[in-house]
Amino acid sequence: MGVDSFVSWLRDAAGSLHENAAYLTELDSAIGDADHGANMDRGFQAVVGMLDETSFGGADELLKKAGMTLVSKVGGASGPLYGTFFLRFGTALAGADLTPETIGKGLHAGVEGVLARGKPELGDKTMYDAWAPALDAYDAAVAGGSDLGTALGAAAEAAAKGRDATIPLVARKGRASYLGERSAGHQDPGATSTTLILESAARTLS
Amino acid sequence: MGGMKKLINDPADVVSEALQGMAAAHPDRLRVDLENRIVYRKDAPRPGKVGLISGGGSGHEPMHGGFVGLGMLDAACAGEVFTSPVPDQMMAATKAVDAGAGVLHIVKNYTGDVMNFEMAAELAAADAGTEVLSVVTNDDVAVQDSLYTAGRRGVGVTVLLEKIVGAAAEEGRPLQEVADLARRVNDNGRSMGMALTSCTVPAAGKPTFELAENEMEVGIGIHGEPGRQRLPLAPAREIAAMLVDPVVSDLPYQQGDSVIAFVNGMGGTPLLELYLMYHEVAQLLDRAGITVARSLVGNYITSLEMAGCSVTLLKADDELVRLWDAPVNTPGLRWGA
Repeated sequence: MGVDSFVSWLRDAAGSLHENAAYLTELDSAIGDADHGANMDRGFQAVVGMLDETSFGGADELLKKAGMTLVSKVGGASGPLYGTFFLRFGTALAGADLTPETIGKGLHAGVEGVLARGKPELGDKTMYDAWAPALDAYDAAVAGGSDLGTALGAAAEAAAKGRDATIPLVARKGRASYLGERSAGHQDPGATSTTLILESAARTLS
Repeated sequence: MGGMKKLINDPADVVSEALQGMAAAHPDRLRVDLENRIVYRKDAPRPGKVGLISGGGSGHEPMHGGFVGLGMLDAACAGEVFTSPVPDQMMAATKAVDAGAGVLHIVKNYTGDVMNFEMAAELAAADAGTEVLSVVTNDDVAVQDSLYTAGRRGVGVTVLLEKIVGAAAEEGRPLQEVADLARRVNDNGRSMGMALTSCTVPAAGKPTFELAENEMEVGIGIHGEPGRQRLPLAPAREIAAMLVDPVVSDLPYQQGDSVIAFVNGMGGTPLLELYLMYHEVAQLLDRAGITVARSLVGNYITSLEMAGCSVTLLKADDELVRLWDAPVNTPGLRWGA
């Protein structure tokens, strides 16, 4: 397990977000401003372009650079949120061996970055509603002796459940919050893209 | 609903081609960094002067690029249509306008704008040691439940603030004083808007929302965010009251208060109708015993081709009126210079 696995993850995630760009935008047009798919696709294509040009000695440097690229290219609220996630994830991995435990610490650091940037609470109908159960599932799997791939699989499954659970919620953050009760009945686009990224991690990191 | 009918070449090029147009139209006043999508005052940075930067999604013209120039902004960062610019742009602008007196970021309260400007301020401070303060405008009274939403949106007051604070910065006031003044303007201003029609983001190609022929949306945001209620179309007199009453009662503005009154067009409503609306607004204020010290009528913070208007009131003491009257020379607002 080394930097190549993380390169595969980001490439796979870019492919998945590209395939789902129209779907994400459709979700966003119901409760947001109809640009989440296009913004995520543009950002991750820029990450792929960066990967084509650069080689990295460590996963920490790779993730930090991916974070900076997303901050620069995505825009909206998703740019700072996903950018901060990867920046903090990378920073937490500096000098560490890549084990399920250290990667878990990295994921936690990334999600704490999302919390600091967006100040969401559980149930606000945001990407955090996918991240939070994913981290719990990951921690439980690692504590039970699972390997990385299995733990990430559990995290992705939990994220998908969290994503589905956003449907009845009333949004309290972001542009969707202006809809009030009218935001209920729609799946959150951010929780959806988070789930895609974690599903991609489960496919590629092991 | 038919196809999109716009004066464009390719939806992907709208923002960069419009910026090229600004550069070509105003070479005497502006310098445009097309790569970073930043409109600069031609003579920035001005020695000893606090740098004023704003920015946001495109589609609200003349805000913000049209408010760059003497007595207003030093730089404006343009995002995609209705999408926040990114921290790289704000950092580049911050470094370019800092003449040693620090930089004020003027940010409208939208989740994306606030986060991107926050990151830019952190990065600029870590990188170049530039002192950056920020003020967030949030004057839209249509957002009632601000505890359970992203908060009140920044709308019309942003225009008045950029003019007034621009005049103060031009006088050479220090950063903290300029930031305090900006917060005072925001605290004393309130707005409410309405839409007669939707608008079409070029990249989306279809209207952001649907509004029937006989309907209007009261309390709309500048990106087509929904308002307080959707109502049957009414005479201008009634619409004026629907906008003025919630604004007046929110601060509240009281008998004997003096205000700057601003009737803003959303982009698709003719000046004829905006002046008609201003007449209604002025009568309502007169009846409430509120004196209009200064007024502004026109399309200044727009929402593409949306038809409709907003009303902004700013409680103004002598100092604010004096700063309002100070010379300004920008593509969007010009007097005394």
